[in-house]
Amino acid sequence: MRKLKLISITLFMLLVSTAVFADEINAAQNAVAIDTVWTLIAAVLVFFMQAGFAMVEVGFTRAKNASNILMKNLMDFSIGSLAYWAVGFAIMFGKDVGGFWGASGFFLIDGDPGTSEGLWELAFWMFQVVFAATAATIVSGAMAERTKFIAYLVYSCVISAVIYPVVGHWIWGGGWLGKLGMIDFAGSTVVHSVGGWAGLMGAILLGPRMGKYIKVNGKTNVKAIPGHNIPMAALGVFILWFGWFGFNAGSTTAGTNLSIASIAVTTNLAAAAGAITAMSYSWIRFGKPDPSMSLNGGLAGLVAITAPCAVVSPTSAVIVGAIAGVLVVLSVTFFDKILKIDDPVGAVSVHGVCGAFGTLMVGFFAEGRFADAAGLGFVNGLFFGGGWSLLGIQLLGVVSVFAWVSVTCLILFSLIKLTVGLRVSPEEELRGLDIGEHGIESYSGFQIFSNQ
Amino acid sequence: MKLIVAYIQPHKLNDVKQELYKEEVYKISVTNALGCGQQKGYHESYRGVDIEVNLLKKLRLEIAVNEDFTERTVDAIIRGARTGEIGDGKIFITDLSECIRIRSGETGNVAIG
Repeated sequence: MRKLKLISITLFMLLVSTAVFADEINAAQNAVAIDTVWTLIAAVLVFFMQAGFAMVEVGFTRAKNASNILMKNLMDFSIGSLAYWAVGFAIMFGKDVGGFWGASGFFLIDGDPGTSEGLWELAFWMFQVVFAATAATIVSGAMAERTKFIAYLVYSCVISAVIYPVVGHWIWGGGWLGKLGMIDFAGSTVVHSVGGWAGLMGAILLGPRMGKYIKVNGKTNVKAIPGHNIPMAALGVFILWFGWFGFNAGSTTAGTNLSIASIAVTTNLAAAAGAITAMSYSWIRFGKPDPSMSLNGGLAGLVAITAPCAVVSPTSAVIVGAIAGVLVVLSVTFFDKILKIDDPVGAVSVHGVCGAFGTLMVGFFAEGRFADAAGLGFVNGLFFGGGWSLLGIQLLGVVSVFAWVSVTCLILFSLIKLTVGLRVSPEEELRGLDIGEHGIESYSGFQIFSNQ
Repeated sequence: MKLIVAYIQPHKLNDVKQELYKEEVYKISVTNALGCGQQKGYHESYRGVDIEVNLLKKLRLEIAVNEDFTERTVDAIIRGARTGEIGDGKIFITDLSECIRIRSGETGNVAIG
């Protein structure tokens, strides 16, 4: 009888412990599922930003070039997806080689659906490819209305295959900048400044659109070439703002990381602050609140908060966004009127300048309790007692990425210029790239005043 | 027969049409146009850069009339379109050598109706 009691008690204990152990396994599986689902939802949100970029770029340029810019946007994503599958992801997140780049996982070979690591590799790739495509599509705006289509396709492949992944490896993939402690949570530098500086090199090597800068008696007059569809541009900005919640909050790649809440808040506040200050500043400086500048201001806030989003307070986010809104207006006029570099949509200012700015702001506004909650440890910027070291690393990162992107793009665009040619002929530029490059009209049946 | 061509401000179209209807002139043709006269444009700016907008939006009216209707039509247009400001527009009167109604083949004063 005593033996039976002993056996039954032992059996009961085993049963209970098995049940508890099973709960632990289920909890772990659920966590992976939540993380995977969140990451994929975020990836889809960021994918939709492609539509946002397309609408912004079409709206800010002339009707006669609409289909051309849409084709560039479509191909940025399509070519980018394939390039990143074949080569880019492996360079960015593969096994580290000297802190410079990675070299494993080409063609998603590690995406074995039979293992949980393999499935996570696939989910993570899906999230990362939409980021790569974002960086690539920024450039089409800066190079709009005068770039040869074939030249653009070549560039698009190279940036998604090599230029962007190297930067990503340095900061996110286990490379030297990440090891130094650089914080770029969702990619102000990795994604936006890469696109911005690439766009800058493209715009410089292309030259301005015809009729943009007119020399009269030795003095250069700056002419405006108005966008043909401001409503479409506004739609684009709203779509981008919408998708940015996936861009920033999704960068936790973990639905179980509840900092997605604080990230969403900082993202929204920075965008709102940027739109308001850009509108106000353009109101004061140009006499009336300019819709296109206000739209750019919202984007500037979003780009600027992309790096600090997980490590700053909502108040800091408002400040960062507000400064970015003024900065973008100053930058647009600086590039246009002083440097005389033609950037039809302000891509260099929104993504390059504000991307660098946001990255540096991490060094000022990073706050321990937010960074820790997000899983980055107790990191503090200058304003919160962390001293100058973080700011120094951020600055190093911003400058090295600028150097890498500008040099590689200078070489790339120069090579393209010498081989297939970078710019369309003057006659084609006047007639419109829709007809010249694609043989169609975007607005067949409409009468468009094409006196520019 | 005369052909009256008038350039007016777009927002005065309704007033002009009302005045023309009072004079029993119902047959007119309206197209959008760009143009300017003495104004030389107004101030517009896009992303901080001034645009010289020297071509403003206008409306072009074309009315074919018989001799006896000419003066009343012109007066009606003026009554409807005049504001006293620069930009009110201009009226041109040219001789019309022939007028044919496509549906019936009628010509001359009968076709103008």
